[in-house]
Amino acid sequence: MDFAFFWEALLTLLPGVPKTLQLAFLSTGLGAIIALFLAMMRLSGIKPLDWFARAYLFVFRGSPLLVQIFLIYYGLSQFPEVRNSIFWPLLRDPFWCAIIALTLNTAAYGSEVIRGGLLSVPHGQVEAAKACGMSGFRLFRRIILPLAIRQGLPAYGTELILMVKATSLASIITIMEITGLAARLVSETYLVIEVFVVAGAIYLAINFILTRLVQGLEYRLTPHLRERPDAGIVMPTRETAGERA
Amino acid sequence: MNTWTRIAGAALTAVALMTAPAVAKEWTTVKLGTEGAFPPWNSTKADGTLEGFEIELADDLCARMEVKCEWVVQAWKGIIPALQAGKFDAIMSGMSATAKREKVIDFSQPYGSTGQTFGVLKDNDLAALPLQGIVFPLASKPEEAEKAIAEILPYFKGKVIGVQASSIAQGFLQKYFANTAEIREYGKTQEHDLDLLSGRVDAIVASMAYVSTAAKDPANEGLVQAGPRFQGGMLGRGSSIGLRKGSDDLKAMFDKAITAAKEDGTIKKLSEKWFGFDVTVY
Repeated sequence: MDFAFFWEALLTLLPGVPKTLQLAFLSTGLGAIIALFLAMMRLSGIKPLDWFARAYLFVFRGSPLLVQIFLIYYGLSQFPEVRNSIFWPLLRDPFWCAIIALTLNTAAYGSEVIRGGLLSVPHGQVEAAKACGMSGFRLFRRIILPLAIRQGLPAYGTELILMVKATSLASIITIMEITGLAARLVSETYLVIEVFVVAGAIYLAINFILTRLVQGLEYRLTPHLRERPDAGIVMPTRETAGERA
Repeated sequence: MNTWTRIAGAALTAVALMTAPAVAKEWTTVKLGTEGAFPPWNSTKADGTLEGFEIELADDLCARMEVKCEWVVQAWKGIIPALQAGKFDAIMSGMSATAKREKVIDFSQPYGSTGQTFGVLKDNDLAALPLQGIVFPLASKPEEAEKAIAEILPYFKGKVIGVQASSIAQGFLQKYFANTAEIREYGKTQEHDLDLLSGRVDAIVASMAYVSTAAKDPANEGLVQAGPRFQGGMLGRGSSIGLRKGSDDLKAMFDKAITAAKEDGTIKKLSEKWFGFDVTVY
């Protein structure tokens, strides 16, 4: 092992961090929106919508992300119809192909997290809201969704971490994020262990920060689960009792 | 001799065998690593067996060395680490002997060289690159080669060039083209072919052998070779057999066999069969 090389490897791989974060955040963000719609379709009780969402989940959860990236990048470009369509400027770019694949994939997983959250909202709360005169979209926006998000947050935090790691697959379609740069450095230096140890450490650092952020958000959203601080009630001690006297 | 001395003796023998495998090793079987996806050097047939220039050349070389050769298929990116890890004893996979690679592994003398060139679609403006087909050796005639590069460089302004990652062409592109064109790296050469056909990249750089074979493939409709050919210097001495550092006995065996195969015209004959031109390094 070449320890002096670790520093050099770190400096080579760090420029890949913005690309990794762009891929992870953009796709998780867009994916969350699709996930919400998918979860609502599943719970809508309307058969065609429900079955569409089920089929979507079956395909995107059931097949490897690697295969999905390959099919979207190399597969779609095979068809002249796709190359002549309005989508080509987007699909031509490896970055957007990766975003599309990651987004569609995380939407499938995320929709189940959201569905679980929506189902966990207690009936009593919904009834109470109805008693206050809320219904329809207002009920959903004010009561059901916030409660569902709070419930689903820990699982969604895990999904975010999984997405950060999943971005490493984007390197196979020529995107130079952390893993892409690492693979190039390995091919230049043949120092496999050193380079991937550094790459692994960078992912660990990113995910450490993300887990802290999600944990902080979780803490903020669940004040009702914490022990209440003593609300200014001071038990008299001998000294304070003496002063009063 | 009691049991303990026998065990100790066996252990010592085992340690001796582990620490000094090369000292007295008589080669009977040599494992050769190949990518199996780099025609016409090596490729995998539909039934999973290997074929190509190197496969037939290895049959000839191994017969001359009086050893049995076995093929191990290994992805290109990890082929040097796999050699070092002992998955096979030698790399025979269209690998050029470059100074960079020589830092980590040894090479036999070269058994073939074709040079590097461009592949483009015939309706792309790069199809009109000048100096078509002319060979420029980077090492023996550096001024001429640099002049040729300067002449073709303006054509690549704002273009995207695809190249296999970890290949000698990639180093060449990074040095001369990185400031002019965008360079995209692919794991497999077939992948940059797909992106050339779909129009995501404007040109690919690969060996003359690879480009001319790809151009003949009916699946790559419209792909043509363009511009000059470059060889030597940073592009390596030519395809050589890669060996772990210190495999001097194996290197001597391969060198002797390659010399013999050159002299009796075996390499010329096989290269004309697989490439359509002579790739012997004289």
